Amino acid sequence: MPSSRLNWSEFIINRLIQLAGFSSILFVLLILYFLLSEGLPALGMVPLSTLLSTRWYPIEGYFGILPLLLGSIVVTLGATLVAVPLGVCTAVYISEVAPQWAKEVLKPLVEILAGLPSVVLGFLGILILSPMLRNFLSLPTGLTALAGSLLLGAIAIPTIVSIAEDSLNTVPRSYREASLALGATRWQTIWGVTVPAARSGILTAIMLGIGRALGETIAVMMVTGNAPVMPAGLNALFLPVRTMTATIASEMGEVASGSAHYHVLFFIGIVLFIFSLIVNVTASTVGYRRTRRQERLLS
Amino acid sequence: MDTFQIEHLSVTYSDGTESLRDINLAVQANQVTVLFGPAGGGKSTLLRSLNRLNDLDLGVKVSGRVIFHDQDVLAATTDVIALRRKVGIVFARPTPLPLTIYQNISYGLELTGEKRKQQLDQAVEAALRQADLWEEVSDRLNDPANSLSGGQQQRLCIARVLALQPEVILLDEPTSALDPISTAKIESSLKQLKQDYTIILAPHNTQQAARAADFAAFFLQGELIEYGPGKEIFTHPKDKRTLEYIEGRYG
Repeated sequence: MPSSRLNWSEFIINRLIQLAGFSSILFVLLILYFLLSEGLPALGMVPLSTLLSTRWYPIEGYFGILPLLLGSIVVTLGATLVAVPLGVCTAVYISEVAPQWAKEVLKPLVEILAGLPSVVLGFLGILILSPMLRNFLSLPTGLTALAGSLLLGAIAIPTIVSIAEDSLNTVPRSYREASLALGATRWQTIWGVTVPAARSGILTAIMLGIGRALGETIAVMMVTGNAPVMPAGLNALFLPVRTMTATIASEMGEVASGSAHYHVLFFIGIVLFIFSLIVNVTASTVGYRRTRRQERLLS
Repeated sequence: MDTFQIEHLSVTYSDGTESLRDINLAVQANQVTVLFGPAGGGKSTLLRSLNRLNDLDLGVKVSGRVIFHDQDVLAATTDVIALRRKVGIVFARPTPLPLTIYQNISYGLELTGEKRKQQLDQAVEAALRQADLWEEVSDRLNDPANSLSGGQQQRLCIARVLALQPEVILLDEPTSALDPISTAKIESSLKQLKQDYTIILAPHNTQQAARAADFAAFFLQGELIEYGPGKEIFTHPKDKRTLEYIEGRYG
């Protein structure tokens, strides 16, 4: 009977799609399980006071992760300060100000930039950025937190531009027309209506940009100098630091499996995981509120 | 007295379609002038030419003159911002800004540099009263404007225009998305408003055109077919095409 065969194929396709959906959840859970099972023993092997100390020198049993944690935070914050104003302004320019032909050139260019392998950017960082910083600021070395921040900023900008521009584009044309018809200038319209209307999308873009900067490893490893010293004060920007990602990447290859050092590296992984979880959850909650409001607008 | 003196106005879009062809029309002050006719007749284009909103449409070519206060609105030297404050527009679909009810009204005023809270409060209340909306929203001025019903939103848009104390109000099918009760409310407030303002209305149906018109202009495919007092146009039109449209033979 044709109808029952149709039902069978329908059933099989449904199940296959369901399986595909569940498998991605399963993978995430497996990764989480692995991370926890390898990382949590660190708490039993190394006392908490050591973990929270300020010295990272694993060969002699100093497992203080604070310098790495702060290293990540300093570099990411620096990158945010670079990327957010530049990224948001670029998005506003592309979406609201640029003539049509410039839009058509700039948007794909930004997307290509987003796809650039970070190791290539790291190369540019080592060869151009850090010597420039060293000469310009007369530092002993150009491989500093500042170099990492600038480079990560450059990596995060395309992400921010692309997503913020998308959300500016979804602002209804009627908002702009209504504002202009009330005697607003183009700048007043952008600042008073268009950007606030796209606010949650822009926030999502910023959070995803920060997430990108936080998780970046190779480029940061190449330009921050990799010295796990405690960043203290403002001049920490001009000293070498080391991030959590760079520590895991550079030490995981040489560590004895099952040793305290090994488990602490996984523990750092857990901390990193929590950080990016916070960033992502923040991003998706503002994004969620945005869709809710749009649904209300459409209804 | 004439508010707008439209002379030989033609508007051509970038794809070569002519939206308006050689329009000549004098709009009387403190009257409701109705622009009616089938869709695609150029009514919206005409309205959007009067406050230069079609500057926003890419590649529009406009020729002719639109005289407003002895000046050609279409001239490159026109202060478009000042013009749009004097010539307000209400669109077919309610277009509240993503702000609160209060901010929607005060937005235009704040752009003129008005910052005094008391002045803004008074202007917001006056505008909402004029648009017959004050009673319904006075206790929730800080709610988002999107939370209002469609009819309330449209009256909010009218209030927003009124707050700027314009001379002319353009209404582009203002009730096309509304129920009959909201439509009646808006029509009755239009009758009040014409004492203080010049109103140019493009209604979305002939019945509304006939109800509202002091003067009426019939547009067909970019041409002005007939113009005169509403009573004459809707009872004894001179042109056969107008008569057939009013009788509902096409459109």
